[in-house]
Amino acid sequence: MLQVEGLRKTFTTDRGGVRAVEDISFTVDDGRFFTLLGPSGCGKTTTLRCVAGLERPEAGTIRLDDAVVSGPGHFTPTYARDIGMVFQSYAIWPHMTVFENVAFPLRVSEHPPSKAETQRMVEGALALVGLEGLEERPAPQLSGGQQQRLALARALVRRPKILLLDEPLSNLDAKLRERMRIELRQLQRRLGITTIYVTHDQGEALFLSHRIAVMQAGKIVQEGAPRDLYRAPASGFVADFVGEATFLPGVVTAGGIRALGGVVTCALADGLASGEKGLLVLRPENIVVRAQPAGVPNEFAGTLRVAAFLGDRLDCVVEIGDLLVRARAHPTTQLRRDQKVWVEFPIEHCTAIPDDGWRPRALARTFDDEES
Amino acid sequence: MAATTVARRAGIRLPAWRADILIVGAAALLLGYLTIVPLAMLLLGSLSSGSSALDFRFTLQNFQRVLTDQASLELLANSVMYGFGSALLAFAIGTGVAWAVERSDVPGRSIWYGLALVPLIVPGIVHTIAWLFLLSPEIGWINTPLKALFGFSLSVYSLPGMIWIEGLHTAPLAFVLMSAAFRTMDPSLEEAAATSRADPWKTFRRITLPLLLPTAASVLLILFVRAIEGFEVPAIIGLPGRIYVYTSRIYTSLNQYPPNFGLSAAYGAILLFISVGGLLIHNRVTRGSERYATVTGKAYRPRRVELGRLRVIAIGALVSYAIVAIALPLLVLLYASFVRIYTVPSLETLGELTLRNYTFIATDELTRRALGNSLLLGAASATVVVALTAVIAWVTIRTRLPGRGVLDFLAFVPITIPGIVLGISLLWVYFTIPIRIYGTLWILLVAYVTRYLPYGIRSASGGIVQIHRELEEAAAAAGARWWPTFTQVLLPLLRPALIGAWVYIFIISLRELGSSILLYSADSVVLAVRIFDLRDSGNYTTIAALSVFLIVLLVILVAILQRLGGRTVREA
Repeated sequence: MLQVEGLRKTFTTDRGGVRAVEDISFTVDDGRFFTLLGPSGCGKTTTLRCVAGLERPEAGTIRLDDAVVSGPGHFTPTYARDIGMVFQSYAIWPHMTVFENVAFPLRVSEHPPSKAETQRMVEGALALVGLEGLEERPAPQLSGGQQQRLALARALVRRPKILLLDEPLSNLDAKLRERMRIELRQLQRRLGITTIYVTHDQGEALFLSHRIAVMQAGKIVQEGAPRDLYRAPASGFVADFVGEATFLPGVVTAGGIRALGGVVTCALADGLASGEKGLLVLRPENIVVRAQPAGVPNEFAGTLRVAAFLGDRLDCVVEIGDLLVRARAHPTTQLRRDQKVWVEFPIEHCTAIPDDGWRPRALARTFDDEES
Repeated sequence: MAATTVARRAGIRLPAWRADILIVGAAALLLGYLTIVPLAMLLLGSLSSGSSALDFRFTLQNFQRVLTDQASLELLANSVMYGFGSALLAFAIGTGVAWAVERSDVPGRSIWYGLALVPLIVPGIVHTIAWLFLLSPEIGWINTPLKALFGFSLSVYSLPGMIWIEGLHTAPLAFVLMSAAFRTMDPSLEEAAATSRADPWKTFRRITLPLLLPTAASVLLILFVRAIEGFEVPAIIGLPGRIYVYTSRIYTSLNQYPPNFGLSAAYGAILLFISVGGLLIHNRVTRGSERYATVTGKAYRPRRVELGRLRVIAIGALVSYAIVAIALPLLVLLYASFVRIYTVPSLETLGELTLRNYTFIATDELTRRALGNSLLLGAASATVVVALTAVIAWVTIRTRLPGRGVLDFLAFVPITIPGIVLGISLLWVYFTIPIRIYGTLWILLVAYVTRYLPYGIRSASGGIVQIHRELEEAAAAAGARWWPTFTQVLLPLLRPALIGAWVYIFIISLRELGSSILLYSADSVVLAVRIFDLRDSGNYTTIAALSVFLIVLLVILVAILQRLGGRTVREA
């Protein structure tokens, strides 16, 4: 189990700016896959490096299995922590063979295993990642994907308590990334190794994780299971970062928020009171688009501006007054560009949250040239 | 490199009248004339007992002497000790400073970085003379108090003295190369060792050291080659001290009566052989380490060692380095340039400061001629080299013309030719062929152009590789032929690189001594040679003034170069 409490780390960047990680706390239970997700510069890598001991935090405590590895007046250096880490650049040592790279963590340990045992463990680790047979290959001769696997084997070979992964898939091409993501998930589930993963790719995070902490400007803004983050984002930022959404801001009134020239009926998140600024986050797959009004609650008339056929769905953009709503319809739906449509925001999918002022990048308002 | 190969593979269409074939042919002939002819003449000369190629009488006597007689073996031993000694000293200093600046948390890193580069600006001859002022057995600043206090003095006229001066002078080069090595090493390679439970010592021994070893070896080799090619220290310190190395031997065997051309050519051939061998090994090693490149193009955040209490020691070492390598030599020159007779400063001498030396260099006919010649030669050689190499670089990178690889190779050959060896080679050429330019500025121009071709080609190729070929193709698509494309699209885009190369070549040409010393006459004297000659006549305070003037001139030029955003003064 890993526990991080009140972590703080400030440093000046090369350009003189100050970046900080503030008051980071989270717990990763044994065997869980935990992801730190956020845009670049949010402090996720810094947090991971503090856990690894590659950065020295200014405040806070890090416990690995109840032993404090970093806390007031105490700092265990990286090499004395029972971790395995995969770096974004893979950091494969170019002067060693594949075998030597993987054997290194065993050979430098205080009680190195016997030669035969080392051989067995290295082969085992290479088999885990599907690199068996390449032992004697000089490491720089591996392809990008193979280097990635090698880095993973090296991190796993001495069965550390915790596996740290710093954007390991970001240097791979799209196809390979897809495949490695599946393999990584299967491997982690099979070995049951406690894992911390850092990424800016929400798709990866949702796919791989048991739990995700979304970070923004040095802070964790929400932590939860992938499903909960997607369904019930705590802020506009989280809603925008995890998945696609249309934002509907408005003042909270009884039973809903004031928007679109009337009241949109919705539930209210905890702590949101009448008169405050609220935000309704609408996921495209939850919105229903019809050619005829159905007379249901939360139904609004608009004009269909985009209806793009994508095979498994019809991607729609509907203009309701000033608002552009992204919606998804069944691919067989007969809808034409510029026709009048009725849009339903089903009440069961509507919960207003406090408005943090975050807005997704605006949709372009000129659709006249687009194919439909 | 990838960009180059892609561009090559894509090729470019030839204009109908095949002007470029003509251009390539002419360029190849010119390059061959500039590089291959002198080397061929050198070999011919070393195998002849006559005094020109027309008077060729085959003999192996020169090589026999060079390889077997007692004095020659001593010469070899001296050259090797001198080369390795100064290479090791320069490497130790340069690596130490580079490590402190790049890998430790010593304060004021950018200041140290700038300071470490300052000695690069100081010409070798000026640096050597400054140390003569400091370490001369009788009147050196350092020796006088030593003698007064301890009753002994350090003689600069010794092998250790030569090693000290040369090592100190090339240390900035070691610093530049090693700090680049430290900077481009992915710190996560070391971090990965730490996360694999390797303690700092094991990390250093098993990761850092093996990774740096190829670079370190090749840097040492470069420093060695540069040291044994240098003429300044062996001439100014070695000759009076009767410690001969190859370069000074070549000089003396030509300056004795009768001059022994064959012998000097044989020494030149040996020196060339060592230099070529060294660079070939260097290329092999660095190509080997390119395999090591894993994921590139990333700006690494360096991993800095926290020095803790050792910080004071590190700062102390850096400060003493700055004092010894920069402050002392510059101060002593400045002081000497304002006195009548050089002595250790006292209240008395400080009271008698004079501008006499500066008035002398401003009015002395030969010095003024030297300045004019140097500026003229600098501008002319820079212009010729830049124009020639721009075309050659374009041909080698953008076309698929047969023979373009040869052009590139020919333009690089002179990097292996020591200045003094080029000097004797050109003597042989122009004693032989009926182009009577010996003793004129033209022969110096030929020498300078040849010497600086590699710098020109490197900078032009670097510039062209960075210009996306689609920019040229767009010009072609817009209806432009080869010439308008070259002059109106490529050249303007290439201009910063070319101007940078021009100023750089101009700067280094002002300091050239090795080949000029064998090729000049009273009419074609240049600045570095003038300093050398003034020393022969014992005019030390005048030399100091001329040196100060030259340093100021170079500092201004370097400032211009940096304003242009050019590369910093690298292998200066």
